[in-house]
Amino acid sequence: MFGKLTIDALPFYSAIAMGGAAITVLGGLVVLALIIWLGVRYVWSEWLTSIDHKRIGIMYIMLASVMLLRGFADAIMMRAQQAIALNSDGYLPPGHFDQVFSSHGTIMIFFVAMPFLTGLMNIVMPQQIGARDVSFPVMNSISLFFTAAGAVLVLISLVIGKFSTAGWTGYPPYSGIEYSPDVGTDYWIWALLIAGVGSTLTGINFVTTIAKRRAPGMTLMRMPLFTWTSLCTSLLMVFAFPALTVAAALLALDRMFGMHFFTNEAGGNMMNYINLLWIWGHPEVYILILPAFGVYSEVTATFARKRLFGYASLVYATMAIAFLSFAVWLHHFFTMGSSADVNAFFGITTMIIAVPTGVKIFDWLLTMYHGRLWMTAPMYWTVGFIVTFVIGGMTGVLLAVPPVDYLMHNTTFLIAHFHNMLIPGALFGYFAGYMYWFPKAFGFTLDERWGIRAFWFWLIGFWLAFMPLYALGFLGMPRRMEHYNVAEWQPYLILAAFGVVLIAAGIACLIMQLVVSIQNRKEALDLTGDPWGGRTLEWLTSSPPAPYNFAVVPEVHDLDVFHEMKRHGIAYQQPAHYTDIMLPRNTAVGVITGGFAFVLGFAMIWQIWWLAIVAGLVILLTLAARSFNDDTEYRMTAAEVQAIEDQRRQVMATAPRRAWDRAPAAQDQPVPQGAT
Amino acid sequence: MTSLAADASAEHPAAEVDVYEEKALGFWIYLMSDAIIFALLFATYVIMAPNHADGPTAKTLFNLGRTFGETMLLLFSSITFGFASVAIRFGKQRLALTWLAVTFVLGAGFVALEIGEFTGMYEQGAGPQRSGFLSAFFTLVGTHGLHVSTGLIWIFILSLQVLVKGLTEPVTSRLFRLGLFWHFLDIVWIGIFSIVYLPGVL
Repeated sequence: MFGKLTIDALPFYSAIAMGGAAITVLGGLVVLALIIWLGVRYVWSEWLTSIDHKRIGIMYIMLASVMLLRGFADAIMMRAQQAIALNSDGYLPPGHFDQVFSSHGTIMIFFVAMPFLTGLMNIVMPQQIGARDVSFPVMNSISLFFTAAGAVLVLISLVIGKFSTAGWTGYPPYSGIEYSPDVGTDYWIWALLIAGVGSTLTGINFVTTIAKRRAPGMTLMRMPLFTWTSLCTSLLMVFAFPALTVAAALLALDRMFGMHFFTNEAGGNMMNYINLLWIWGHPEVYILILPAFGVYSEVTATFARKRLFGYASLVYATMAIAFLSFAVWLHHFFTMGSSADVNAFFGITTMIIAVPTGVKIFDWLLTMYHGRLWMTAPMYWTVGFIVTFVIGGMTGVLLAVPPVDYLMHNTTFLIAHFHNMLIPGALFGYFAGYMYWFPKAFGFTLDERWGIRAFWFWLIGFWLAFMPLYALGFLGMPRRMEHYNVAEWQPYLILAAFGVVLIAAGIACLIMQLVVSIQNRKEALDLTGDPWGGRTLEWLTSSPPAPYNFAVVPEVHDLDVFHEMKRHGIAYQQPAHYTDIMLPRNTAVGVITGGFAFVLGFAMIWQIWWLAIVAGLVILLTLAARSFNDDTEYRMTAAEVQAIEDQRRQVMATAPRRAWDRAPAAQDQPVPQGAT
Repeated sequence: MTSLAADASAEHPAAEVDVYEEKALGFWIYLMSDAIIFALLFATYVIMAPNHADGPTAKTLFNLGRTFGETMLLLFSSITFGFASVAIRFGKQRLALTWLAVTFVLGAGFVALEIGEFTGMYEQGAGPQRSGFLSAFFTLVGTHGLHVSTGLIWIFILSLQVLVKGLTEPVTSRLFRLGLFWHFLDIVWIGIFSIVYLPGVL
């Protein structure tokens, strides 16, 4: 009846595990209480069933924020363990420590970075291209809830059963049934498979949106850089995620049905897994970082008050990175023993990727050069990124040399390197984007002081937490050590633990920023929709935008189209008349399919076959029933549009001097004409 | 799924998106993504084909006669789907339904033959657990078979839609995408025939 699920799955075996479970359950109750406080009906009809890309984007980022706290808790646990585990067992038993580092990596990649960047793309990209929605709004909602279903599977593994101990990459044969007989690896597999479907659908959706929904006149080379990086990231999602699906599915077949893809016997080939995983895994790195590169490009251009330097070179660099990302996967396992020629080939392609990345760094620097810098919080993140990221880039080129990699492989040097890429590279970019576009999503700006404090804590915390790991790598410390007996490592590990404490303070500052900003929102209202003196189309809409984004879709004649419109005084012209607008109706298809995808995953993990069949059937029937529905849109009449737009004009007329008027370069930014 | 372009009172530059063309493009992109899945399963099969672990080999297991039957059924189902598409284009609803039904029967025949092949192999002790070669074989061919079965369900659902709604624009656009899917599976099968069965027997 319940497959492998018994009462023993509850974590009564260890106090720490029970604590984790209790916190997870408590977190779930808090979310539930929040929903009830907001009103179940409101949350359901305005959010969960909404297929407005802006709301879906906000929900993605909320998911990412919650999961960031969970993933960071894992990080604190690891650093605390390693700081004290010299010649002692520390406070975590090995099996538990293994779960912690496995879930840390899995959560941070799949359920923090992925939803964060997907959320930013959702909120911003359609507005940047002058579209009213994405191509497939319902599919967008399905993507969101599939991602959330994967995240909930990881969370629930803390309460029912265990999580994987095989690391976030799940290499066989260790992740095979022989060495990992419990359900941990199954949780990992099904969380990835389900969230992976969501990511693939997002990729398909966004590529189509960018291909088909650009405003008239927006040629490819007039697309804002963030849209370009969204396009490349989406293409990578479409073409890379199938490899993860295949790798995880074959591992599942090995584990569930005793097949021999990656076993150590009967003709299995575990090296094939490692290839498949990294055929996805390396493009994934660029899926994570390209949107951040897009954010940095938008932020530097806006706050340097200049046209982006070398726009075309940035576009080509982005495309080159996306293309090359498929040609470097083997550098993750030089030590597997491919021939010297193969290793040399992948070493060289890896080094070549540094070239377009370097081009980007110079473009951002030259955008700032002779610009009139307005040092807002997003700019702090950007400058901090440039200074820190180049170090990670150089250690990456070092690791790309196969003989060097033989020395560094699986040491903490590698850990330091990829955190150096993903924290100051990707995450700082997401934070910059979050602070830059927050007023667009919610209608008020975030508190600058707390944002800048968060930046300093994160930056210094990052340096303290990871620079010692570079040194430890040179000292020969392998990654993932539960305890050790080399006394000279300990000071570095204590320093790293202190760095994590500073990052914790950075997270606290981010939370404070949100609280303070919500409290003081009345003083920080963004009445114009253009709080920074932006250059791209997303700043033309109101903040938060109307459901249709643009009452009249703008014509695009230039790269920085909104900036040019303001210069010519035509940004806020009142059209002769408004027209009716067709908008997609809310639907519960996403919540239902995502909810049952969770049930399906849970049933497969515990091998409750009847439940899996039921869940699969519900998903199928929901989609089939949906396909019978041809009445999926509603009409917003011209009068309704006019009412919304008229009200916006009134609000704009009352707007005090804009925040960006106070910026150093305000004088060469003509105030938008026709706003009144 | 109302065509915005057809709605004159809601006309608008951005509303000139041809939603059916857009869906077709999205579906093409999905097919390319699916093609990567098959490409990787093919690669995995090629790597694992020699790993029969002293178990049954392709030569003793594969029966070209049966494979030929499967191939014919699937190829002809593609042709009959083509006939259905022509009928849809000329708005001949009953003819379209007839050809869809024929396609369904041919596809179901293919799936039945494949199930027969799989169970036969399983009974000979050549199940997917026997060796890496057989794991890869069952997974590659089985994934294709699952796709065909999904296609059958889809043919059924869309035939229902034709019956209930007639050949409306949304329905014909869905049939068009189903057609892409069905022909795509044909191409994959040709790959399976030439990479799995032929080298296995020769």
